[in-house]
Amino acid sequence: MSPNAITILIGGEAGQGLATIGQLMAKALTRAGYEVCVTQDYQSRIRGGHNTFAIRTGPEPVYGPEEGMDILVALNQETVDRHAAHLKPGGMVVAGQKVDLDGHPGVQVPFTELASKAIYHNVAALGVLGSTLCGDLGILERLVSDTFAKKGQEVVDANLEVLRKAYHWFQAQDYSFHCLSPASEGNAADRIMLHGNEALALGALAAGCNFLSFYPMTPSTSIALTLIGKGGELGLVSEQAEDEIAALNMALGASYAGARACVTTSGGGFSLMVEAVSLAGITETPVVIFLVQRPGPATGLPTRTEQADLNLALYAGHGEFPRALLTPGTVEECFHLAHWAFDLTERYQTPVMVLSDQYLADQYCSVPRFDFASLPEITPPLLQVDELGTYQRYALSPDGVSPRLIPGYCEALVKVDSDEHDEMGHIEEGPANRTAQNEKRLAKASGLRAEVIPPELFGPEESDLLLLCWGSGLGACLEAVELLQERGHKASVLHFKQVWPLREDQFMPFLEGAKTVVAVEGNATGQFAGLLRKETGFAVQGAVLRADGYPLTATYVMQGLESWIA
Amino acid sequence: MVRVEDFGNFETAWCPGCGNHSILKAVKQALAGLDLAPHQTLLVSGIGQAAKLPQYLHCNMFNGLHGRALPAATGARLANPRLKVFAVSGDGCNYGEGGNHFLAALRRNPDITLLAHDNQVYGLTKGQASPTTAQGQKTKTQPGGQPSVPLNPVAIAVAMRISLVVRAFSGEPDHLAAMVAQAAETPGFALVDILQPCVTFNKVNTFQWYKERCYMLGDDHDPTNWAAAMRKADEFGDRIPLGVIWRGDRAPFESLAPGRGTPLAEHRLDRSALEKLMDSFA
Ligand SMILES: Cc1ncc(C[n+]2csc(CCOP(=O)(O)OP(=O)(O)O)c2C)c(N)n1
Ligand SMILES: [Mg+2]
Repeated sequence: MSPNAITILIGGEAGQGLATIGQLMAKALTRAGYEVCVTQDYQSRIRGGHNTFAIRTGPEPVYGPEEGMDILVALNQETVDRHAAHLKPGGMVVAGQKVDLDGHPGVQVPFTELASKAIYHNVAALGVLGSTLCGDLGILERLVSDTFAKKGQEVVDANLEVLRKAYHWFQAQDYSFHCLSPASEGNAADRIMLHGNEALALGALAAGCNFLSFYPMTPSTSIALTLIGKGGELGLVSEQAEDEIAALNMALGASYAGARACVTTSGGGFSLMVEAVSLAGITETPVVIFLVQRPGPATGLPTRTEQADLNLALYAGHGEFPRALLTPGTVEECFHLAHWAFDLTERYQTPVMVLSDQYLADQYCSVPRFDFASLPEITPPLLQVDELGTYQRYALSPDGVSPRLIPGYCEALVKVDSDEHDEMGHIEEGPANRTAQNEKRLAKASGLRAEVIPPELFGPEESDLLLLCWGSGLGACLEAVELLQERGHKASVLHFKQVWPLREDQFMPFLEGAKTVVAVEGNATGQFAGLLRKETGFAVQGAVLRADGYPLTATYVMQGLESWIA
Repeated sequence: MVRVEDFGNFETAWCPGCGNHSILKAVKQALAGLDLAPHQTLLVSGIGQAAKLPQYLHCNMFNGLHGRALPAATGARLANPRLKVFAVSGDGCNYGEGGNHFLAALRRNPDITLLAHDNQVYGLTKGQASPTTAQGQKTKTQPGGQPSVPLNPVAIAVAMRISLVVRAFSGEPDHLAAMVAQAAETPGFALVDILQPCVTFNKVNTFQWYKERCYMLGDDHDPTNWAAAMRKADEFGDRIPLGVIWRGDRAPFESLAPGRGTPLAEHRLDRSALEKLMDSFA
């Protein structure tokens, strides 16, 4: 981790515009070529409550949140009261004049002087903040112009005036904060900033996803919002279903009829979808399920984070059928794995799930622009077949995959069935047929196994301490391992971005080559470690588990490791 | 020219004398009459004896989950507006397990014909009360009599002014075929609630019971008069009217929801639009 990285924490009530200030600042930093990683903490309410938007940034890669901050932007008194004690040495508070800094170093911004109307206060805050970091005023000006362009030149000009006034106001103060080290040349041009859910949506669109049915549920909703907001021009058809049961059944009907379909949900909604997951399995209908986890059981902590739905996703659906579970660890992986999920489901005609969580969903990161041209082309289903009279949707085949025809384009009929069926798709209950069809479906598992994305190892192959993690746990583990290495430990991270199927040959040597393996997971029971033990017999020596609703951080991991590194 | 024989003949798992036989015949007759070839038609069903109908004729078929025919049918319609889509299932499937989807379909008004085989009982699972079973009717699982009042799906559909609401009877097969054809030709959601005896499990609502009560609506009923339609929808006792109860002019769902038109299977990825989209994140 770069010592030049700093954390800006913006705190206030919901409705005060902290996310707006935060997004603008993060975007300005991205445009200036900095690495950016945002962690958001909010509550399940529209107004009030205490929310934070934390930007970690610097010229070198930043992986995740840290516990302290360098700049605390306090939109209300509560922010100072709660967080100012965690200011790092040399840190400062930026607040309005009504907020008491309580002896902490910082500035009180005369917002009413800088901006005539309250709607400009966000831009004023941006100006001050940009100035504290010695940011380029030109970048801020272009960002503000782009942001308000749709509202007309007058609005743009008014905002620009406030921005400049605020920027210069801070410069005139007798106060200096250490400027950010310059960003690396060339980083600025080809970077974009987006959060995990936006990256999932973009990956889906890049895969040709053209159908979405969903029922709103935090923290998954912004995938749907992005697909609808950005996918309309690309021809995406969407429907807000009456419930999650309808959502998945609708997606399956659409997929059967030729759509490339997905659903988005969180644990509670996914629980309702479970029967239809099984329907996707037996009808062999492609579908991608985006499951963005939050802490349960039941309503749990609606706006917080957890990795506790692995077992649910792994075993969801009655009966036996193959599936794949992808678990991105970064915003970039969200994009690539969303695309890969559509590719897999199309080729294996079985449900593919992508598991994320609130932390990753809301984590804005600056990343290099995605290279669409490098993505593999996804083979579409058939619209025509030669053997019109004899086409069979469930024709037996060695790899279990039967040619999938879309109905309505030729005279061949397409019959899909939730009852056990014969090759044609008609209900058929005989044991020989049952065995043949069941084995055909299960045979697809070997293809899926052959294509498993191997877990990624960071650090030496033979280590004293191996941190085992999956999904969004990656950032905290990477940073913890850097700290461990600084202290002279031979430490590594093994990160799984696909947790099902598992292939021992891809990881057993690393587990066996490590003196101590510690599982790091965002749940209370070590679900992935349990899966690993069930599949391979390998038992981890220890676990650092977090299930208080907050994301894993390097500090948290280091504390949990204390007894192992003493 | 499409003929009834084009839909084939299959051995069924229905009891002799079950109303489903004549419903199947009427469906084939209606499709042939509309010159709809098997490959142009999609029948989506749930689970139950009624829901097996698409197994027994040549057609495209999505035999989904109990209660979930309508959402799957809606998804298929949205994906390919050129398909003629029917949802076929029993009273338990449509009005019980899938009740929320029935309500949502009434709100959406998708261009789907719902053939609701209404035998006022759960047939496949051997005779438990369904949402349309009469209050007080005794079954093995309601030995003291069904305590709830039956749902009136026809009245609910009229209340929502969907495109077409029909009541039919399996004992009037020619009328039924004509009603199915009219429903299929109606743009928007068309409910055909088909009264049907269950010879094995419903000893109250027998063929004779329906025969004595059903009568044909005449020219004196104006199906575009909502109040009159509501009165006819409410008539279910000594006399039960058959025919078009209500005809509305709500626009079909597909014409209102954005992004509809070419079937999604013909959708091609526009890479330059994707690049532009990425610019919005810069
Ligand atoms: C989720 C689920 N719950 C219950 C069942 C069992 N089940 C199958 S059909 C049925 C009732 C069928 O009644 P109806 O829809 O009226 O059809 P009928 O057999 O009378 O034609 C039930 C309860 C099931 N298949 N799936
Ligand atoms: Mg029934």
